[in-house]
Amino acid sequence: MESKTKSPPKLTRRNYSKIIRPIFGILVLGYILWRLYEVLIVQQAYSIEIWLRLLIAGLIIGGVYALIAIGYTLVYGILFMINFAHGEVMMIGTFAGYFLFEVTKGINVASAGNPPLSFSDAYPLISVILAFIVGMTVAAAAGFFLEKIAYRPLRKAPRLIPLISAIGASFFLQNAAQLLFSPQVRDYTNPAAIARGSGWTLIINDSRVVITYTGVLTFVLSILLMIGLYLMVQKTKLGKAMRAVASDKNTAALMGIDVDAIVSRTFIISGALAGAAGVMWGLHNGLVHFFVGFLPGIKAFTAAVLGGIGNIPGAMLGGMFLGLVESLGPTALGISYQLKDVIAFVIMIVILIFRPSGILGEVLSEEKV
Amino acid sequence: MLKVTDLNVYYGAIHALKGISFDLQEGEIVTLIGANGAGKSTLLNTVSGILHAKEGTVEYLGENISNEAPQVIVQKGIVQVPEGRKIFAKMTVMENLEMGAYTVTDRQQIQDKREAMFDRFPVLRTRSKQLGGTLSGGEQQMLAMARALMANPKLLLLDEPSMGLAPVLVEQIFDIIQDINQQGTSVLLVEQNAHMALSIADRAYVLETGHIVLEGDASVVMNDPMVISAYLGG
Ligand SMILES: Nc1ncnc2c1ncn2[C@@H]1O[C@H](COP(=O)(O)OP(=O)(O)O)[C@@H](O)[C@H]1O
Ligand SMILES: [Mg+2]
Repeated sequence: MESKTKSPPKLTRRNYSKIIRPIFGILVLGYILWRLYEVLIVQQAYSIEIWLRLLIAGLIIGGVYALIAIGYTLVYGILFMINFAHGEVMMIGTFAGYFLFEVTKGINVASAGNPPLSFSDAYPLISVILAFIVGMTVAAAAGFFLEKIAYRPLRKAPRLIPLISAIGASFFLQNAAQLLFSPQVRDYTNPAAIARGSGWTLIINDSRVVITYTGVLTFVLSILLMIGLYLMVQKTKLGKAMRAVASDKNTAALMGIDVDAIVSRTFIISGALAGAAGVMWGLHNGLVHFFVGFLPGIKAFTAAVLGGIGNIPGAMLGGMFLGLVESLGPTALGISYQLKDVIAFVIMIVILIFRPSGILGEVLSEEKV
Repeated sequence: MLKVTDLNVYYGAIHALKGISFDLQEGEIVTLIGANGAGKSTLLNTVSGILHAKEGTVEYLGENISNEAPQVIVQKGIVQVPEGRKIFAKMTVMENLEMGAYTVTDRQQIQDKREAMFDRFPVLRTRSKQLGGTLSGGEQQMLAMARALMANPKLLLLDEPSMGLAPVLVEQIFDIIQDINQQGTSVLLVEQNAHMALSIADRAYVLETGHIVLEGDASVVMNDPMVISAYLGG
């Protein structure tokens, strides 16, 4: 009886997009598979050493993205907001490292008989450690004050408001850096021992594949920092309190956890990781300017969403994945390298069509929505 | 021990508590009974410092704590077991207990306390490595109580501990509450299950839409005609 009165499903806007999205996803996926087949199997245009170079480059940039992505995910996990100024926190870290190297470059170390040597060239290890300490500390402080000034007063406001404040803070920090340091693009002055481009050389099929010192430093340090962060969150009292606050602020407060203090520390940790990523970016890519945080920031945000925002291993995985896609993608698909950013974003869209909550993301519980 | 005077609490324009006054003496079990929406949870959250009163005061051991932050109130010895238990679902039983002991700095004391909790709630020991979210309702209530006791409360606030539990479990929980009280912890017990609450309490207050409409010894309140018809199904 009932079926007679049932009207056919209406093609509402919602239904419409439900049909369109998978079709779009499948089309893009089909295109990607066809291109992969063409390039990898039909043409076999590139030899192993080219793939190896791209793979190495992808792992290095992926580590940087992962470190920044963790910051987005930690803050989202605890405040359910996207800290759009996080890329600028990284930029501040990059500048801090830059100035540290400028200072160590300027100090001359007397060495009997030999031509004068700068501190940075004479003690590269100490200089690099100092640069990371300074970069991480300054960026951590930036994260701390960012939260105190731009987000904390809006804690109880509707969710859109802190987001607007975040975008405002991002513009403010970019412009402040432009005013303070001029719009000029500067060269990062690496210690001579880890000059950009220098590294270990592998000979494969009679061609050279260079594994750069800065690349190895970036990759190894980012992995170590990620392991450290993971252990901190899982094992320490602070990490457990962070998880408690992320899952339920009121109940955490009833346990005697100072929620505001935990939020502050979350921004400090996120800032420190972004600062480390900034110094790596400077050492490996070599340029620093007021806009240097923008693209890595957007990419890392993408990576965090890709991995499932709020999920720490997801951010790590998403960062690595994005780095690899961006590096290998253009060649594997036979598309111009200029389009690497487009490829990265298209792949993100496709993944989110099929898994809206990201690779490791879970369906958001009601309280988080 | 606890003295609440003329408390007025709002959610925006909603006037949830309209001039509540009550007190609790050291060693007592005092129960607050009332229907859904009467303002019981609001009252406990105001005592815990999650909410702050617009007017009125909360005094604890002679000190005005109306404007203190929740973590300060926990440190002073008032600990709440919230409505619906609010176990950290993604954390293990062990980690939930550790969070309960967040304000305790002495590691040895935390360990001893944990052992004591495992002795009192043996099921928690067998489940210690399991995620809180995988426990049954009764086990979660025990975990919630154990977690609160980890902080060494002088005054325990319980928000509807019997909610959603089978009668056998309710009896068990109420036995434990009495036992905790006998070992020296004062208890403020909020319940809709008036019968059980009145049977273990020394004194009772009846809350209706933000007002206290009746107060007295539990045995007297239990025999009040209004209470019998409204809360005891008589
Ligand atoms: N977060 C809130 N925002 C707005 N109103 C609320 C909120 N929490 C509770 N209330 C209102 O305050 C009154 C008391 O609620 P509550 O203290 O939860 O009652 P009880 O615990 O006795 O069931 C109810 O009318 C309820 O609708
Ligand atoms: Mg309630």
